[in-house]
Amino acid sequence: MKPAAFDYVRCETLDEACEVIAQTGDDARILAGGQSLVAMMNMRLATPAVLVDVMPAPDARKVAAENGTLKIFAAVRQASLLDDPDLTWRNPLLARMLPWVGHPQTRARGTICGSVAHADPSAEIPLALAALDGKVILRRGRKRRSVKATDFFLGMMLTDKADDEMIEAVTFADVQQGTGTGFAEFGRRKGDFAIVACAALVSPMRVRFAVGGVNDTPFVRDWDNLSPQDDAEALNALAWSLDARGDLHATARYRRDLVRHLGAQALKEARSCAV
Amino acid sequence: MRRLTATERHPVRFTLNGKPAEGTAHPRMLLSDFLRGVQGATGTHVGCEHGVCGACTVRIDGAMARSCLTFAVQIEGAEIDTVEALAPAPARLSVLQDAFRKHHALQCGFCTPGILMSLDTLLATESQADAERIRDVLSGHLCRCTGYQPIVAAALDAAQTLREETDNA
Repeated sequence: MKPAAFDYVRCETLDEACEVIAQTGDDARILAGGQSLVAMMNMRLATPAVLVDVMPAPDARKVAAENGTLKIFAAVRQASLLDDPDLTWRNPLLARMLPWVGHPQTRARGTICGSVAHADPSAEIPLALAALDGKVILRRGRKRRSVKATDFFLGMMLTDKADDEMIEAVTFADVQQGTGTGFAEFGRRKGDFAIVACAALVSPMRVRFAVGGVNDTPFVRDWDNLSPQDDAEALNALAWSLDARGDLHATARYRRDLVRHLGAQALKEARSCAV
Repeated sequence: MRRLTATERHPVRFTLNGKPAEGTAHPRMLLSDFLRGVQGATGTHVGCEHGVCGACTVRIDGAMARSCLTFAVQIEGAEIDTVEALAPAPARLSVLQDAFRKHHALQCGFCTPGILMSLDTLLATESQADAERIRDVLSGHLCRCTGYQPIVAAALDAAQTLREETDNA
């Protein structure tokens, strides 16, 4: 359980990190909080030749509220976003979901962008990004491109990021006033990855529903004018439309059942705080 | 930008339990191994080495963290606290440690250093922590002996003692 050898590069700016990643390509990995990557390295599931540490870069620690979004740069830790007193009113769904990410001990180190880069299908942050019209800002050298979250996640731990690109930041759309939000999750132990997690946003014209832990990527569905008495039928149809599979943790049928039950909880919570 | 090569040992300067410390480490050396093997601070225990069990939890710049998921070279300039820092003097226990003894909150003691570091950090920052909050923090640790109840009892007891000490100060 010791990682393979690697060169360690300590970066003072995001520009430096981009430069090393662009030059080294798939032999290099960004080191941020390390809460997923270092575990994978200890198990030798990842053996990068170069680790590029972005945490010492002050410009990677920014959180910016701009154009109706919250823009979170590469070195922002989960705990520091959770401690932001503005988060509860700006983005109540994100504030509701972050305490479900790992444990206090891992949130103190783990980053928002790192969880997005890791792209675990059961993780809460990728689910929140998909539910909240999130975008991933990728950088190759000085060139940037912005990818919608739903296009960024391609499969289990597989993303649209090229080997010579890095995630500079991610953006979450602010939750509009009057929109109700809800979240429900089930896992075997507190802090474990979810078996199924459901997030809901209810506005007067639209119900948005997002599911993690079933498909290989976060799944998002919008319904126009869904009335509460139709929730159960809509959730049942949605549960069957997903690609639920059985594994060591749960059967496909159990996962569909969790979508129905947790989905109903998340919708109920979102409706109760919608205006 | 500084590049530390894989094949060499590099100096790491940091603060360990309030005192300046330094040592050398290859980039791949985990903080847990650096503390135990290079610094000789063997109070920190190493369990699963992939961030699940919590035995290796230390404080990095005031926040509880897994030392097995951090590299020694990352802590350049940081303040590290380990379980060795808790006792106020030789042969004396901290309030939290004393509560652990009183409530039998440990048996084999393997997970204890990590749990003490998490709970000590919690009680230092949230003196009003209740059982639910203590369980939330404890969820990041595995203990196979106690069933956790005595640990929660010890933490609640310590929290009350610390509050009384503050009130009477």
